[in-house]
Amino acid sequence: MLHMLPDTAVLFAGGIPIPFEAQTTRLAASLGLPATDVQNAFWTMAVGALCAVCCSLAGCFLVLRRISLLGDALSHSVLAGTAGVYLLTGRVDPVPMLCGAIAAGIVTAVLTQFVHKAALVPEDSSIGIVFTSLFAFGVVVVSQAKHVHLDLDCVLFGDLAFAGVNLHPTFGWLVPESFRSLIPTLMITLLLLAVFWKELRLTSFDPTLAVTLGFSATLMHYLLTTVVAIVTVSAMDVVGLLVVALLIVPAAIARLLTDRLSTMLVLSCLIGVSCTTIGYLLALRWDSSAAGLSAVVAGAELLVAIVVSPKNGLLGRLLRTVRLRIRICAEDVLAGLFRRQERSDAPDKRVQASVSECHTLAGGGIMSVAALRWLLSRQLLQQAGPVMLLSETGLRYARSMVRSHRLWEAYLQENFNLPSDHLHDPAEAMEHFIGPGVQQQITEELSQSAEDPHGRAIPDVKRQDVR
Amino acid sequence: MFFTQTQIVLTGTLLLGIAAGMVGTFAVLRRRALAGDVVAHSALPGLCLAFLTFQSRSMLVLLSGALLSGLLGAVTVSLLKRFTRLRDDAVQGIVLSVFYGGGIALTRSIQNTHRNDPGADLESFIIGQAATMLKGDVQQIAVVVAVTAGIVLLLFKELKLLSFDEQFCQVQGWSAMGLDILLMLLTAITVVAGLPAVGVVLTAALLIIPPAAARFWSDRLSRMMMIACAIGGTSGVTGTLLSARYDGLPTGPLIVLTSTVIFALSWVFAPHRGVLWKSRDMTDLQSFLPWVESDDTVPRAPTTLDPHVSAQEAS
Repeated sequence: MLHMLPDTAVLFAGGIPIPFEAQTTRLAASLGLPATDVQNAFWTMAVGALCAVCCSLAGCFLVLRRISLLGDALSHSVLAGTAGVYLLTGRVDPVPMLCGAIAAGIVTAVLTQFVHKAALVPEDSSIGIVFTSLFAFGVVVVSQAKHVHLDLDCVLFGDLAFAGVNLHPTFGWLVPESFRSLIPTLMITLLLLAVFWKELRLTSFDPTLAVTLGFSATLMHYLLTTVVAIVTVSAMDVVGLLVVALLIVPAAIARLLTDRLSTMLVLSCLIGVSCTTIGYLLALRWDSSAAGLSAVVAGAELLVAIVVSPKNGLLGRLLRTVRLRIRICAEDVLAGLFRRQERSDAPDKRVQASVSECHTLAGGGIMSVAALRWLLSRQLLQQAGPVMLLSETGLRYARSMVRSHRLWEAYLQENFNLPSDHLHDPAEAMEHFIGPGVQQQITEELSQSAEDPHGRAIPDVKRQDVR
Repeated sequence: MFFTQTQIVLTGTLLLGIAAGMVGTFAVLRRRALAGDVVAHSALPGLCLAFLTFQSRSMLVLLSGALLSGLLGAVTVSLLKRFTRLRDDAVQGIVLSVFYGGGIALTRSIQNTHRNDPGADLESFIIGQAATMLKGDVQQIAVVVAVTAGIVLLLFKELKLLSFDEQFCQVQGWSAMGLDILLMLLTAITVVAGLPAVGVVLTAALLIIPPAAARFWSDRLSRMMMIACAIGGTSGVTGTLLSARYDGLPTGPLIVLTSTVIFALSWVFAPHRGVLWKSRDMTDLQSFLPWVESDDTVPRAPTTLDPHVSAQEAS
């Protein structure tokens, strides 16, 4: 053994090595903090991250299958399982407790369905009845238990903050107990994903098709429930009842950001890890509950996702609406200039308009400023001193707009027999959405496409002219 | 008048059970059973913030804060439903867990900063502590019950319409949204009133279990509501007595467990819908059961709890 022993932590461990110890010690030295503190923080974050990954993977399927509240129910009812085992055996051994908790999870899922189907109680009520009753049972038993390891506070609040403190020897390494107990959970979750990937995906998105293809949706439901129960039980030590936040919120955020299942799984894991890590650091800063703050961080991340999500975010939607409005205003200017040129004495001469006239055509306001900039930047308009000119491309664009407008008027009159004073307004709205393809279709359907119902010529555009 | 502590707590839990039964009936019929759960969980941060802002443990201050943040939770649920593509269940789970997480973080930091101040122990609100109920608290609960009962009785016809046929309610000129908001408000007030006794995690049970049990016994809304109130009151009283008898057992969970037992008994023994009734031999026995009308005069028991179906079949 040539490496140095820089701190007492290893001595205390009796020579069993701690993974990443050298790195955390080096980090501690560079930050000027005690080595044990940094090591604790590192392991707590590792436990939190592991916990978040397990929860997120299982949670994605809960969210997709619209049974998120089952996760909530399970997190409450596993207490009844551990309590029941304690009542039967009078001892606190990890393995029987785990089995009891898993059994309670499955019982919750089965009982919820049973109360719903057999007692004809609506599903939400049946979830509410089952999990509150089981939780109440658990609380009653635990409140009587004189055993230190059955602590109600731990269930209610979780103690992520201490997860990194208790190091236990495992396979020749010294790692925190909760880290050790979460590793098999992660294995089981990954195993489920690997073995039943296709079935899980199918039953999550189209249960009917799955059943007609011969996959049992019920079997998948209970398999998933079992895995969620296992995840919940092992995460319970660390985050308590707030395991439901780690199950649902990262998965929901990932759902907002993507439409692919695989991407969603990866994203939700990353988001979950960031929640527990930031939550833990904030808890250190404010001397508060790490699990609680992880949930709050998750909520904040959800808000951010709602606002900035590329496809469905509020910001994206707003941006698209603004862009469309600018385009419509700009197109109104082009069409207005084209009509003016048409009405002028010399239709071949390019029409001029002052800047203020262009603003009026665009409808005024800040939108018209943006619209003129849009036109100038695309060189559809040219500015010559105080006046604006339609450029060559602008003229073609405008001709196509007016053609769309008049074709639509003609189409409306021919097919819907509207009075002629009812044609302009719908065409004014539609002209912005009629591309060359639709123009072609309308032209083919109309009996004549030379004049619109008001007697004005429908300007012709060659194929390559349009937009 | 002189009350012993047990009498005070008994009165409080009895009133609480009645109020919850009344409001919960609509919640269960409207499929909003878990809305109460969301409100209860999201009340916790408001309670803590009220404590931090006013540095007072007066019930009125704490519960006002709780009510505000509970309502904020309910509003957040509807906003998220409106502006994102997340489903109902996910939205409820998100709001519930995030608000609860915020509450936990706040209680923990309050506890850490007020280590020597026993009055700062807000964690009792999580599981509830009925035994410490004061006379003033019971008076407040009494006011809540009176207000709730008044509103429910005044608008009984409208609320009934809303529960069974929302479209018809709207066609008749009643604002379904207004009535919905009113019901939400009543739910929130009841839940918040129940927080000190039953706690954040279990208050929802009071709203759900008694009405669900009452549903076994009647197809009439008025009767169902009365039965729900009775079951709620009974559970409150029984739970309190049990907790007083066996020292150290927490009151809130015992109240919930009592109502669960009543639910199970109703499921087994209720006429027409109960398990026993449905088994063949029992139908022959109905002449021996004096409290049950014979099948001819009673409308056929609906096959589901769906209010729409039962409304049609019972009419």
